[in-house]
Amino acid sequence: MATYNLTVNGTPRSVEAEPDMPLLWVLRDELGLVGTKYGCGIGACGACTVHLDGIAMRSCSLPVGQLDGEAITTIEGLSENGDHPVQLAWLEHDVPQCGYCQAGQMMSAASLLGNSPGADDAEISASMSGNICRCGTYTRIHAAVKTAAKKMS
Amino acid sequence: MSVQHTSRRSFLKVSAATGGGLMLGLSWLTSCESDKANKADPELQMPAEWVTVNAFLKIGDNGVVTIMSPNPEIGQNVKTSMPMIVAEELDVDWKNVIVEQAGLDTENYTRQLAGGSQSIRHGWEPLRKTGAMARYLLVAAAAQQLEVDASELRTENGVIYHDGSDRSLGYGEVASLAATLTPPEEVTLKDPADFKIIGHGKKNVDARKIVKGEPLYGLDVQREGMMYAAIVHPPAFGLKLKSVDDTEARSMPGIHDVVTIDARPEGVEQQWSDVNAFPQLVAVVGNNTWRVLQAKKALKIEWESDSAPESTAGHRSALEDLLNDGKAEEARRDGDPEAAFASAATVVERSYSAPFLPHNTMEPMNFFAHVTEDKAELVGPIQTPEFLRKTVSALLNMPEEKIDIMMTRMGGGFGRRLYGNFGVEAVLISKAAGGIPVKLVYSREDDMTQGTYRPEYLVRYRAGLDEDGKLIAFHVRGTGANESPVFANRFPAGTVDNYLAENLSIETNVSTGAWRAPRSNFIAGAEQAFLDEVAEAAGKDPIEFRLELFERAKTDPVGEDNDYDAERYAGVLELVRDKSGWNTNDDKRGVAAYYCHNSYVAQVLELEMKGSEPRVTEVHCAVDCGIVVNPEGALNQIQGGIIDGIGHALYGAVTFTDGKPDQQNFDTYRLIRHAEAPQSIHTHFVDNGIAPTGLGEPSLPPVIGALANAIYRASGERVYEQPFAKPRELKG
Ligand code: FES
Ligand code: FES
Repeated sequence: MATYNLTVNGTPRSVEAEPDMPLLWVLRDELGLVGTKYGCGIGACGACTVHLDGIAMRSCSLPVGQLDGEAITTIEGLSENGDHPVQLAWLEHDVPQCGYCQAGQMMSAASLLGNSPGADDAEISASMSGNICRCGTYTRIHAAVKTAAKKMS
Repeated sequence: MSVQHTSRRSFLKVSAATGGGLMLGLSWLTSCESDKANKADPELQMPAEWVTVNAFLKIGDNGVVTIMSPNPEIGQNVKTSMPMIVAEELDVDWKNVIVEQAGLDTENYTRQLAGGSQSIRHGWEPLRKTGAMARYLLVAAAAQQLEVDASELRTENGVIYHDGSDRSLGYGEVASLAATLTPPEEVTLKDPADFKIIGHGKKNVDARKIVKGEPLYGLDVQREGMMYAAIVHPPAFGLKLKSVDDTEARSMPGIHDVVTIDARPEGVEQQWSDVNAFPQLVAVVGNNTWRVLQAKKALKIEWESDSAPESTAGHRSALEDLLNDGKAEEARRDGDPEAAFASAATVVERSYSAPFLPHNTMEPMNFFAHVTEDKAELVGPIQTPEFLRKTVSALLNMPEEKIDIMMTRMGGGFGRRLYGNFGVEAVLISKAAGGIPVKLVYSREDDMTQGTYRPEYLVRYRAGLDEDGKLIAFHVRGTGANESPVFANRFPAGTVDNYLAENLSIETNVSTGAWRAPRSNFIAGAEQAFLDEVAEAAGKDPIEFRLELFERAKTDPVGEDNDYDAERYAGVLELVRDKSGWNTNDDKRGVAAYYCHNSYVAQVLELEMKGSEPRVTEVHCAVDCGIVVNPEGALNQIQGGIIDGIGHALYGAVTFTDGKPDQQNFDTYRLIRHAEAPQSIHTHFVDNGIAPTGLGEPSLPPVIGALANAIYRASGERVYEQPFAKPRELKG
C-alpha cells in the first residue's frame, strides 16, 4: 500500500492503495465516484473511459501506481452543470436506452471532439468503436457526436 | 410516416374494480421525498407539501405531480412511457411531472415484472384508469370547494376551470380534499383523439442523471459500512464444489471473509426464476471490488464431477441425430402433408442453426443485500422482484413482509435479470458473513460463464410447391437445447392446406433461459430465410409470395388456431415495400416480416460486402404495435433491436469445450460495434388506434432473416448457420 495524490475533476485527492489497483476501482470504491462504469476490466468495452489530461483512457487498465500527480476527469467532472456540448447533444438525441455504457461513450466522444473538433463520419465511427453498447444505440450516438461537433468547431 | 387501417374512437367505460387490481389507498404524506426524483424540467420548483392520492400519485401544493413507476426499467423506457399514460388521463402538463421508481409493493401494484414486452400492454388500461380516477376525485373536490356541480367543470394541464363563473383551481389546491373523497366505481377515459401526451415523444426521464454520471444502477449502490463480494463458480458446467482452501486469500489486503453458500438446500421451495447451474459457490468479501477479484485468484478450490461435461461438437451432433431420427411431439397437423409432399412438383428442404448466446448486459450481474436477524434489505437490478422475494423468504425462513426489495435502473436486461440468482447469492453472502451490508459484483468473466444462455437451436424446413409455384405443403421440425424453437400456430400455419409442425429437444446441463424475444430470436430468421428460398423456387418476388399467403389466411384460413392477424401482418409488409421502394431486382436488399409479442414488424435491409463480411448500411422498418405511447422511446427501441439482432446474427456465439465456455470476455466474444452498425434506419409506425402492444423485442427477430436474405442477394451465398460472419481475430 502506498499513498497516491491525484487531481480528480479539479480537486486534489489522495488515496491509499496497492500500486496495481486500476484507477477504475480507485474512483468507484475508494473515492465514491461511480459514474465511471465497469464493463469488462480488460480494456475491451470502453465503459470505464475517463480523461487523462484530456485524452480518453480506459480506467480499468490504468494502475494507480502510474498516476501519482496526474489529473483525471470523469463523467462527473466533464462539466459543472451537465452542459458540455456532448452532454447536451446526448440529451437532444435522447441517446440512452439502459444508459449504462453512455458515460464511457460521452467521455470518448468528448475526447475525440476536444482533439479533433472537425471529425468526419469515418473518424467518428472509428474512434467510437472502442465503446460497446449492447442496447444498440449507435445510430443515436453517431448523430449526437455530429451535433456536438457542430457546436464545438 | 403512417397509414390508417382502422379507427376505434370510443369512450371506454371501465370499472375501478377490474383489471390491474389497483388499490386507491388514500393517505397523507407531508414530507418532501422527491428531491432525488426525475424532473422533466430541471428548473421545476419542488412543492412544500405533498398529498398522496393513490399508490401511483402524489400531488404537491404547487401542482407538481409525482408519478410512481412500478415496473423495472431495463432500458425499454417504461419509466418514461408508463407514467405518460397516467399523466395523460390525469390531464397534467408533462413539464410538471416527476417520475419516481417504486420498489416492490405487491399490495399496491400488479405485475412488477419486465419481460415479454408486456409492461405497456398490461399496464395500458389500469394506468389510464389510475390517472382518470385521480382526475375525477380532483374535479369532485373542486366542485365542493366552488359549490358547483362537477359536470360544469373541465380540466386542462393540471387546472380545473369553471367557465360559467370564470373561476379556476389548480390540482395542488384541491388535492388534500380530493384525498378524502371516495373513489367512484367507474370512470370515463379520454377519447384517444384528445391525447396530448400519449403519441407525443417524451425524452427519457433519467437522461439528465445518465449524462451526468449520477448513481442509478445496482452497481452504483453505496452504503455506510458496505463490503464488496465476488463469487467463484465451477469453471465448467458439470462440475460442483468439493473443497476450498482460503488461507492465502484471507491474508490478502482488504479481505474481510471467505464464505461458502448454497442457494439450493434440500427442501427449500424454488421459483421458476431460480435457474442456475451452480447453487454452491465460494464468495470472497472485502473492502474493494478489485481486491476481492484479486483474492479469488488466491483460492485453492477443488471441483468434482456433478454430471458429464458437454462440448459444442457433441451438442451439434446430438441435435442432428435427434432431428434425423428422433420421435417428435406433433404440435400441429393440417391436411395430409405426406401425400402433398409426394405429389409436389418441387420440394425445398433446408436446415438452419444458431448457437448458445450469453446476454452480456453491459452492467454485469450484481446486487446489494443486508440481512439482519429480523429483516432483509435488497437493492439491485432485477426483472422479477416478486419471485426473488419468494425465494429469499424461503431460504431465510423469513416472512415476505420483512424483505424489502428496491429495483434500480438496469444496465440492460434482455432476459438475464429474470433469473435472480445473483440477488439470492448476495443475500446468502450477507448472512454468511455475519449480517453485513454487502454488494455482490460479477466480473465480466463470471457474467459470461455463469449464464442462462439462449439455447442452441437446429431446425429443418420443407416446402412443397405445385406446378404453378403454389405452396401446397409445409413442414417444420425443430430442436434445441432444453426447448424446441417452433411456434406451431404462427405463420405460415393457416396459409397452406397441408402443414406439419414438430418439436424435439435435447437435455443439457448448460443453464438456459429467455433471451430477448425467446425462440423468436432464432426461428424468425430461419423461417424468413427459408421462405425467401421457397419464393425463389416458385419464381416469385419474396414480398408478393408472402402477400399471396396472407391473402389465403385472410379469405380462407386453414385451421382455427392461427396466432396472428393476417391483415396487420400483410399491412406491415406492404408498408415497408412502399416506403423502401422495394424492387424485385434489388441486388443488395433482403426482406423479412415477423409477428411476436403481439406486434408486427417488416423490414427491408440493405448491405454491402466488406471483403467476406457483410456491413449493413440501411434498414427500413414498418411496425404495427398499436398506439405508440412514446414515439421517441419507441424509435430508440426499434433501432436498438435492429442493431442488436444484426450484431448477434453476424458475430454472437458461445461455444463449450468439456463444459467450459470458450468465450469469457469481450476479447473473445464479439459484440457489434459502432462502425459495424447501420447508420440509416427508417421506421414507419402503423397508426390504427389499437391498444398498444410490445416494442422491446419485436424488431429483433425478423432482421436476422432480412440480413440472411440480403447476404444472399449481395454475395450469391445462402447462409444457414449463425453466426453469419466468419470468425476473425478480435482486437481490444
Ligand atoms: S471496463 Fe474498461 S474497457 Fe471495459
Ligand atoms: S444504452 Fe444500454 S448498453 Fe448502451
